Amino acid sequence: MPVTVKIPAPLRPLTQGQAEVSLENAPTVKAAVEELSRRYPGLRERLLDDKGALRRYVNIFRNDEDIRHGKMLDTSLGAEDKLTIVPAIAGG
Amino acid sequence: MTQTAVILGVGGLGCPAALFLCEEARVAGFSLRLLLVDDDRVERSNLSRQILYREDDVGRLKVVAAGRRLSKSAPWVEIVPRPVRFEASTSAQLLRGADVVLDGTDSFETRFAANDACCNSGIPLVHGAVLGWRGQLLAVLPRVGSCLRCLFEGPPPPGSLPSCAEAGVLTPLCGVVGAAMAALASRILRGDVAEAAGRLHTWEGASGRQRAITVPRDPGCPTCGASARAVRHPSSGGIPCP
Repeated sequence: MPVTVKIPAPLRPLTQGQAEVSLENAPTVKAAVEELSRRYPGLRERLLDDKGALRRYVNIFRNDEDIRHGKMLDTSLGAEDKLTIVPAIAGG
Repeated sequence: MTQTAVILGVGGLGCPAALFLCEEARVAGFSLRLLLVDDDRVERSNLSRQILYREDDVGRLKVVAAGRRLSKSAPWVEIVPRPVRFEASTSAQLLRGADVVLDGTDSFETRFAANDACCNSGIPLVHGAVLGWRGQLLAVLPRVGSCLRCLFEGPPPPGSLPSCAEAGVLTPLCGVVGAAMAALASRILRGDVAEAAGRLHTWEGASGRQRAITVPRDPGCPTCGASARAVRHPSSGGIPCP
């Protein structure tokens, strides 16, 4: 079963409007981000900094777990896991 | 006993949050003092989603126009307009005596500054935000649950994320998130909120989907972690403990 990645609205212009993307070969969050970046150029720069670390104003949850409190990008993924990308927003 | 709520930003979120919190005070029977903090003036482009304002308010200070309207519709609430910006030089005075702060501003720097100041002074914070079709709500209960910096380490550099002007804001979503901010603030004022600490709620306006995720406390958080007291954050203006 694939991993499902939920794309937030601010990033959907880069995913051709797709709100969810299924990935077959993503054993870690890092692999998922790399596969997403291969499919959708420009996404990597929005998620990762120049050193390949998760940007400080973006967060990723594996199911309901905050990856910042686990193994970060090395967090493992299994069948049917859901990744949710949560960017900071400031509109009011 | 009168309780004090501070609304930072009387815009798309602050307007409905103020309206509903005033009504909730009457229904729930608590005495409310409401500080409205904003140094902006009403613009015509605000009228569609900033529901306290009318055409003849254009050009007026938002806190004055909102204060007049709320004083008429909710005379049981003491309205205190403060036409200033929340920043290092004003935060201590604005937060003095506050029982809860509702942040509906449109600036990352102000949001992180409000988070830091509230955590440092032990004041509960209701963080609400909208952009495009997406809304977020986070209950920050100092020393009980996580804070905004446990979720995001800091504000993005200017221009790295789309602004409201670029991405727009779904008008009805302001009402949804603003009302949820008022409901959460009311629960905080009534002391009925422990399970809400650190819960991040997100709304997707296009699908109607709402999710809630628990944001765990980060022991190394520079604002609310174990060694965080009196830490200043240059990225948020360096607002210290009031």
